Amino acid sequence: MTVELLRLRKSFGRVGALDDVSLTIAGGEFIALLGPSGSGKTTLLRALAGLEFVDSGDIVINAQSMLGVPARQRGVGFVFQHYALFRHMTIARNVAFGLEVRPRGRRPASREIRSRVQSLLDLMEIGDLADRYPDQVSGGQRQRVALARALAIEPRLLLLDEPFGALDAKVRKSLRVWLRQLHDRMGLTSIFVTHDQVEAMEMADRVAVLRAGRIMQVDVPDKLYAEPANAFVHEFLGESVRLDCTIVDNLTQIEGLPGTTLATDCPPGPAVALIRPNEVGLSPGPGPARVESVHANGPMRRLRIVVGGQVLEVLRTEDAWMPVIGETCNLDLSRARNYPGTDQDRVRPSAGSVIPAKKPNRNSVPG
Amino acid sequence: MSQSQAVPSVFPTATRERPATRVVLTGVTIVLLVILLLLPLTVIFTEALSRGLGAVGVALTDPDSLASIKLTLLVAAVSVPLNTVCGLAAAWCIGRFQFRGRSLLLTLIELPLSVSPVISGLVWVLLFGANGWFGPMLDRAGVRIIFAVPGLILATLLVTFPFVARTLIPLMQQQGAAEEEAAITLGAGFWQMFWRVTLPNMRWGLLYGVLLGNARAMGEFGAVAVVSGHVRGQTMTMPLQVEALFNDYDWIGAFTIAGLLSLLALVTLAVKAALEWRIGERSGALL
Repeated sequence: MTVELLRLRKSFGRVGALDDVSLTIAGGEFIALLGPSGSGKTTLLRALAGLEFVDSGDIVINAQSMLGVPARQRGVGFVFQHYALFRHMTIARNVAFGLEVRPRGRRPASREIRSRVQSLLDLMEIGDLADRYPDQVSGGQRQRVALARALAIEPRLLLLDEPFGALDAKVRKSLRVWLRQLHDRMGLTSIFVTHDQVEAMEMADRVAVLRAGRIMQVDVPDKLYAEPANAFVHEFLGESVRLDCTIVDNLTQIEGLPGTTLATDCPPGPAVALIRPNEVGLSPGPGPARVESVHANGPMRRLRIVVGGQVLEVLRTEDAWMPVIGETCNLDLSRARNYPGTDQDRVRPSAGSVIPAKKPNRNSVPG
Repeated sequence: MSQSQAVPSVFPTATRERPATRVVLTGVTIVLLVILLLLPLTVIFTEALSRGLGAVGVALTDPDSLASIKLTLLVAAVSVPLNTVCGLAAAWCIGRFQFRGRSLLLTLIELPLSVSPVISGLVWVLLFGANGWFGPMLDRAGVRIIFAVPGLILATLLVTFPFVARTLIPLMQQQGAAEEEAAITLGAGFWQMFWRVTLPNMRWGLLYGVLLGNARAMGEFGAVAVVSGHVRGQTMTMPLQVEALFNDYDWIGAFTIAGLLSLLALVTLAVKAALEWRIGERSGALL
């Protein structure tokens, strides 16, 4: 089973929702579509299910184009963001729905339907809720009902739209693990939409990062985090320290830090250097950095460092060398990644990366 | 403990009127209710029964009155189901799709509510009457619409059109299309989706709209009066019959039919109240 999205385009009036999206999904994969709201991830999912029509491009499942296939014949299971359970039916009837609406020839006998529904509910660990109504069970249980209902039609592809969006943090976490195990055990091929990067990174085999209807990068979580393809992915996938810089002769010159030059293969011109707070190196010595504050942050220490008129947040492990407040030290930015472009790439000013320094500090920064 | 006692007393005071004001307002409302609603209703029934049940029986079995009752039931029986179907279609169209002219359509649906019923009747006369646009054509074909039952039905249809559509549109918008989309992805065809998901979700709202439409269909006077032609025993609905009997100084007859109409209205109100209670009770589940 393979799913191929080929150069999909879709716009709502003048607003573009999908802009040349291509993606190939192998059978058995668990893919996350990650992006901020309005990035087109839900539109992509709905197009796959046949609930939305694309303007151009093709959706191919098992070498068969889906464009002419109506939603009800695609055999795609869809779990809606707010579950969309049939409120006037019991949970058992909800799950049985997909089997009951089959044409007579393909419809299982009613006893067969009943036993399949029960075994699905048991699989979802909600076997005793069969006779309840959707408004009589909890959010997490509704999520399981929605999943059971989608799985009842034995879909070749399972689509989940923000599956944990409406759940509280604790339920969310346990359901995440459970859903991933279910996917593996049942040999499903799943695509889920989320705006939560932790969720995407924890659950998915591969993550596709979307922005404004375009796929920015598709990769396994580790690689996505370690080698972001562009500044947007870097900042979306984790805390980032952002420094404006200029590239001259394959060397990075960071603004406000005239002494620092780093080798790079970035094209010449204005660029940004991005680094994770835990990748910033500090070492004793008369360097350009001055420690403004130190906070305990779980197993890590969060330091605010003033460099070249900017405040950088730095994370250090407990056992690493720790400067005291007011101390100056050396700064190692060699693990920074360079991306061409300027501030316009920035979509989300990620909290706690670069903050303009308070005025009194400026004088105390050594050159 | 002191906090939990303090909290409830804080909020109501902001909107609570002084006791005197409250008494006066409540009193005025009750007095108005009695004068405007209870008194007329009592008059209808006491007048109808002023010569005993026997006279009521005679009035009810009068052939013309019986004919008016049958006609009213016929008009309602035709126009209410037709408007239910049309209202459903209109509500679906407006509640589920975005298209150019959507708000215009919404306004048009409400037009019969704001236009005088006399006009709702008159348009049919202008269209199908002897001197109307299609009058001569219909005359040659031997089809009678005005001053006949079809005209009564048309006038009633127009007047009662908004009721079902207007109750369903907000309901459909509020419920959204997610459940219907779920049904489709699970393999349901259009009619399976409609009968199994759409209609059950709207049933109480639909019933409510049908009930209101029915009450109006049976009680409509103005629009029907224009197209009726007042042929006794043939084109007189109950409200028209009441007027005719009243003009004949047949008080018992007039008030008996009026009483019957009022009873219908009271039953409608009771069912409506029961529905509202039911809807309110399980608003999350059913509406």
